[in-house]
Amino acid sequence: MPLKVLKPGLLTTVQDLGRPGYFHLGIPMGGAMDRLSLRAANLLVGNPEDAAALEAVFLGPELEFLSDGLVAVTGADLPILLDGEEQPGWTAIPVKAGQVLSFGYLRSGARIVIAVSGGIATEAALGSRSTYAIGALGGVDGRAIAAGDVIPTGEPGAGKPGATVPEALRRGPGSPAELRVLPGLFWHWITPDAQKHFFADEWKVAPEADRMGYRFKGGRPMEFEPRERPFGAGSDPSNIVDGCYPYGSVQVPGGTEPIVLHRDAVSGGGYFMVGTVISADMDLIGQLQPHMPVRFVEATMDGALAARAERKAVVARIREALA
Amino acid sequence: MKTRYSFGGDEHIFVEVDEEMSLDAFFKAISITTALREKNLAGVAEICPANASFQVKYDPDVIAPDKMLEELKALESRAESAAKTITTRIVEVPVYFQDPWTHETLMRFRERHQDPSGSDLDYAARINGYDSAEAFVEAFHSQPWFVSMVGFVAGLPFMYQLVEREKQLQVPKYLRPRTDTPKQTVGYGGCFSCIYSVRGAGGYQMFGITPMPIFDPTETISYLSDFMVFFNPGDIVKFTPIGREEHDRIEADVKTGAWRPRIAEVSFDLAAWTADPAGTNAKLMEALDAA
Repeated sequence: MPLKVLKPGLLTTVQDLGRPGYFHLGIPMGGAMDRLSLRAANLLVGNPEDAAALEAVFLGPELEFLSDGLVAVTGADLPILLDGEEQPGWTAIPVKAGQVLSFGYLRSGARIVIAVSGGIATEAALGSRSTYAIGALGGVDGRAIAAGDVIPTGEPGAGKPGATVPEALRRGPGSPAELRVLPGLFWHWITPDAQKHFFADEWKVAPEADRMGYRFKGGRPMEFEPRERPFGAGSDPSNIVDGCYPYGSVQVPGGTEPIVLHRDAVSGGGYFMVGTVISADMDLIGQLQPHMPVRFVEATMDGALAARAERKAVVARIREALA
Repeated sequence: MKTRYSFGGDEHIFVEVDEEMSLDAFFKAISITTALREKNLAGVAEICPANASFQVKYDPDVIAPDKMLEELKALESRAESAAKTITTRIVEVPVYFQDPWTHETLMRFRERHQDPSGSDLDYAARINGYDSAEAFVEAFHSQPWFVSMVGFVAGLPFMYQLVEREKQLQVPKYLRPRTDTPKQTVGYGGCFSCIYSVRGAGGYQMFGITPMPIFDPTETISYLSDFMVFFNPGDIVKFTPIGREEHDRIEADVKTGAWRPRIAEVSFDLAAWTADPAGTNAKLMEALDAA
């Protein structure tokens, strides 16, 4: 069910579950920011969960279907229009060749996933179709989709028209959103007061929020414990000898505005980190809009593993519901 | 040098071999990560050596965090007694210092620099006690470098010079990062040199440019047709200064497939180097000249 791009939206890219295995060479995993939404959208249209789909941020694209099939839109909440007529989200929508999918303005969340029967079948790079624009890898010629692109799709599977993900299994951001952080890495570099403030303060998503990372502002600046500057680290108290950055790690350049690295993370650099957002909360970051209030909540390893198991259980229930 | 382990959320372990940079710390990191790679442990997803640290990404549903930690600690104790020798390659990288492209870029971002009155090289030369940019460039290219980390963005090598601590060049990063850096810029920040593999943002001082592509997502360049990323941690680099004419010739020859970097296989022994840095470096460069 190939698609023709009439309008590309703001920044719409092909994404699947990513290309792990190359982070030691600076090539990030990539893949859908909101993985639960990608899995759900694929299951709805009868694709393997890890098939490639389109991820749009803030503003949806306008797409013409070049053959009959199914489409499903998950993730953020916004009006979904087929030839101008509103359609339900998190639902398999039957479409005919020549029909046009478009979108209204966002009501909540930040990113939608658009899956179509057969999945997007652009050429894979290093085992994934995910678009990594900085390295010009994957997607449509290594870039976001553009008006006039015709996007190929694969062999359709057996999706059921009208199938829907039960409301209770859909996930989106609350307000204020809570991100659970396991303290660690260079947490001991800041004072006990700064540690308290990090979790006590209310932060807001800054405009610099993309697939590489999300910046937050509004909390108190951090005070550092006195420390002799390590050789090779640089002169600022927030500098480390350049090291690796975990996905979800919270770096704080200059001790002022935390940045949480996401799927297209830079793999390393010279800023200290105070901890890491737990894996179960990474999808949620992909649904945060600039200016949204956010709180960081202290997590333990046991709590992180329990949340991870819970998240997996939700995906398992979606699988059952759509089986 | 005391190793510190920390969990990066539920999927990563961050291991700081040392808080400060040294060849000893780098060697320990690369030997533990190499041993872990050879072990092929189920659940290990990414093994990333860095300058004086490394990171492992794992699936906690396959290998529990505490078990992963135990494995790493066992490898660390074995690495302590292992010989600090690696078999690697030395690569000659031609650099056109004080080129017009990085010069145009550094002028555009002058207000973000510590010394808006001169060039990045003038500044680096002055704060490191050299009389001229030329004398600094000489110190920069006359001794080889270890690729101590590949990352930040796709295929970008961080390099640490094979000279004693007191001879290390040190330069701060820009006060505020630039939003633009030409592709293949040779940069410097802290005690590390780098080559920007792609055009983009950057905070390192800019000294020159190499006509040698080091990242090619299309895998069409002759020496990148097997794999798009050129450098690996552990590679040794020798910079060779070139002028405009040579730069343009190499650039044209890369396009036709007629140019390939000069490479020699070498072994590097940390104890031998520590005993005689200059002599060991001379041997490395002889191997390259013979290639």
